[in-house]
Amino acid sequence: MGSLKNDNNQGFLNRLSFKFDLRDYSLFIALLLIIVIFGFLTGGEFLSSRNISNLFSQMSVIAVLAIGMTLIIVSGHIDLSVGSLAGLTGGIAAILQVWYGWDTFAVIIVALIVGALLGLWQGWWVAYRAVPAFIVTLGGMLIFRGILVGLSQGRTIAPLDSSFRVFGNSYLPFIFGYILVGISIALLIYFTIRKRKRRKDLNLLLSHPAIDYGKVTLYSVVLLGLTYMLNRYYGIPTPFLIVIFLAIIFVFVTNKTTFGRYVYAIGGNAEAAALSGINIKRNVLNVFVLMGVMSAIAGILLTARLNAATVSAGDMYELDAIAACVIGGTSLMGGRGRIVGSIIGALIMASIDNGMSMMNIPTFWQFIVKGLILIIAVWIDISSKKQES
Amino acid sequence: MNSDYILEMKNITKEFPGVKALDNVTFSVKKGEIHALCGENGAGKSTLMKVLSGVYQYGTYEGQIKINGVEKKFESIKESQEAGIAIIYQELALVPELSVAENIFLSHELMRKKIINWDKIYAESQKWLEYIGLDIDPQEQVKNLTVGKQQLIEIAKSLTRNTELLILDEPTAALTESDVELLKGILRDLKDKGVTCIYISHKLNEVLDLADNVTILRDGQSITTLPREGLTENEIVTNMVGRELSEMFPYEPREIGEKVLELKDYSVWNPNSHRPIIDKANLTLKKGEILGLSGLIGAGRSELFMSLFGVKVGKNKSGQVFINGDEVSIDSPADAIKNGIGYVSEDRKRYGLVLGMDIIKNTSLVTINNFTKKKIINSEEELHNVEQVSKKMKLKASNLESIVGTLSGGNQQKVVLSKWLLGNPQILILDEPTRGIDVGAKYEIYKIINELAESGVSIVIISSELPEVLGISDRILVMSEGKVTGEFSREEATEEKIMALATGGRENGIIKE
Ligand SMILES: Nc1ncnc2c1ncn2[C@@H]1O[C@H](COP(=O)(O)OP(=O)(O)OP(=O)(O)O)[C@@H](O)[C@H]1O
Ligand SMILES: [Mg+2]
Repeated sequence: MGSLKNDNNQGFLNRLSFKFDLRDYSLFIALLLIIVIFGFLTGGEFLSSRNISNLFSQMSVIAVLAIGMTLIIVSGHIDLSVGSLAGLTGGIAAILQVWYGWDTFAVIIVALIVGALLGLWQGWWVAYRAVPAFIVTLGGMLIFRGILVGLSQGRTIAPLDSSFRVFGNSYLPFIFGYILVGISIALLIYFTIRKRKRRKDLNLLLSHPAIDYGKVTLYSVVLLGLTYMLNRYYGIPTPFLIVIFLAIIFVFVTNKTTFGRYVYAIGGNAEAAALSGINIKRNVLNVFVLMGVMSAIAGILLTARLNAATVSAGDMYELDAIAACVIGGTSLMGGRGRIVGSIIGALIMASIDNGMSMMNIPTFWQFIVKGLILIIAVWIDISSKKQES
Repeated sequence: MNSDYILEMKNITKEFPGVKALDNVTFSVKKGEIHALCGENGAGKSTLMKVLSGVYQYGTYEGQIKINGVEKKFESIKESQEAGIAIIYQELALVPELSVAENIFLSHELMRKKIINWDKIYAESQKWLEYIGLDIDPQEQVKNLTVGKQQLIEIAKSLTRNTELLILDEPTAALTESDVELLKGILRDLKDKGVTCIYISHKLNEVLDLADNVTILRDGQSITTLPREGLTENEIVTNMVGRELSEMFPYEPREIGEKVLELKDYSVWNPNSHRPIIDKANLTLKKGEILGLSGLIGAGRSELFMSLFGVKVGKNKSGQVFINGDEVSIDSPADAIKNGIGYVSEDRKRYGLVLGMDIIKNTSLVTINNFTKKKIINSEEELHNVEQVSKKMKLKASNLESIVGTLSGGNQQKVVLSKWLLGNPQILILDEPTRGIDVGAKYEIYKIINELAESGVSIVIISSELPEVLGISDRILVMSEGKVTGEFSREEATEEKIMALATGGRENGIIKE
């Protein structure tokens, strides 16, 4: 019997080569470049402990929105309402606390629930009524802002309890900062060892130990250095800590859960995903609910940092969040994007704001520069993709 | 300078990250001939043609290209078009939302004083459509046409330019037998008019039927060029795979068990349309049986089984579905999967794959819940399972983290198959499972189908290739215009009987004599 077996492909499959993704590195290089340029132009002031601490506090709100927005865009949709929703949920929290004297825990819970419900409302229109997300959330942007103006009667609501302000304006004591970093590094080492062992048990190919442990060392050094810098000021800013915490959760969700996998599949090819038995509608709905919750968290951070809720809070933040995602390599076509990329995108955006205001450049320039960077980022992304094919 | 040759490609080498797709390939085509290019999946045929047509610009490959003896350095497709080269891709490249005429004249619209001359475009399109034997309205939207018709429109489109060298990359993969005949006629016609043609196909009977010369690629290298005279399919295959192949269809009779699936008066229709999509289909499928489903494109074969799989193909449906004797209602693919049904679609890019994802994630998409604990994916277990099934399928890829969109057509199909095999279905519906797949891989897939049936999986195979249906089915059903018009056992089936039923169900009685 004639066998067509082709033996020379045996070795092919188990060779999981070390992935070198140029896009990842170009993002880091861009960030590094921006840091160096601003560091130079501000005579080192940009890299001072105080400024780094400020920068991280400033980027937190957009970073939280960008984390949620990554999932939205990856699933092939868009959310233009997140700025308004952050404003509304922050406003509701402030109203309940300042006008009605609710305690901080209660108002936060209410804000989160409102965020989730409004996310559910929008997700329902998008997923089950098939109204394009652009329209639904454009509507939401107006509706939520309208509700906020109505509820607050156009007034600024302040001041909040100190227990609420903690979320925007406090720092982790030095010693806890170091303990946290210690724990993180220990976990990093533990997970790397466990992963290597599991792959070995399953007879899968391992990347070279030097690569794995080199990464661990690099991350550890960066973590320690950053904590040291922040501790020279007041310590790790609480809002930044929240961003890190959310980022870890979402990185896990996107990489390690079926929900995350489905979101990428739906954004990549909804028809193929549907034929694979994936419930498109429910997963899209869940993405919008998550976005609602993230908007509420952003709203809380924002209100806490400003120690006030205003009718214009969060105005245009949706555009910053979308820009952060896109700069971070998320494709508006859906199916591709990373949480870490979006956070770096948010950091790049915040660095430009921060650096340029330090140099006393008029605000209008910030808009122009951010706009240009957005266009160039997408262009780099597109042309690097072209080269691959 | 040798003007006998319209095309000379010398020492072409093209590398992708991690893959040498073309390795010092030399390929020459004489003026006015039909030159076939054969090779296994991933041999580099499409890549060679993309190099030729400027998809991969000059500088991204090594080597030399001469057209009519003059060296060319194409920077874009446009430049190669201007040099008289037209390429029709494996993947259709029409704009679905535009009309047939708009597509035919896309990017070289007929103008009168800078304004598009629609009357002329429609008139000219009509002329070309008639020329290739298509009876459709030039104003029809392309998305309403079958894949087969779209393919022919692509050919019409390329003919409208002054094409000297026409490249067809698997033009017949999606065509029915009668459309294939039509196409062959057109190509011979063109040859008489002096158009040179490069013809890529995995269907060797077509190659032998049409070609004057056959060039064979293997693993990115040009192996040999053989003249048509005296050439046999076996000889081509031997050169393609590098060893001899003795049989095409590995059929082994096997024990067939109880009824697994039964459809009673299954109908699908839209309220406003005069003809139902599926008209009272009755059929049974037994454990371990391979049921072939034959018919013309548009006969409702895919629609019937897509509907059974829970995809909405019409507004209303009626009739009963029994699985293992119990009546079931299947309203979504998820329901179908729960009932142990798998469905490999005929359009793998649209329905089968997430092209931007890697092999691992595509393969595990259906079964990912088997590799989770509390919805959390165990990546190592996932990878382990994917690796096993990929090895079984003899998937060729530089590694399992390759993006599926960069794989050759045949290997993409293997990923789709692996995806369903991983779920151990009890009923597996295969819609054109070997479309665009080379002989060697086809044989492997037939073997896998046989093994699956042997292990008790019931298989439905929808195919427009009659030899395939005849070669591997235990039983064959024929459909025409939404109806099941006939049934044959493996022994009684012949191509003629099937074609007769497929083309007109009403002649039923006459054929059965
Ligand atoms: N854009 C790309 N990036 C990386 N590898 C690629 C790319 N395009 C093709 N390849 C690889 O180059 C090789 C040749 O592919 P090609 O598509 O030319 O094969 P083919 O002979 O046309 O096969 P088929 O008959 O399946 O269409 C394959 O190994 C394929 O995976
Ligand atoms: Mg090809």
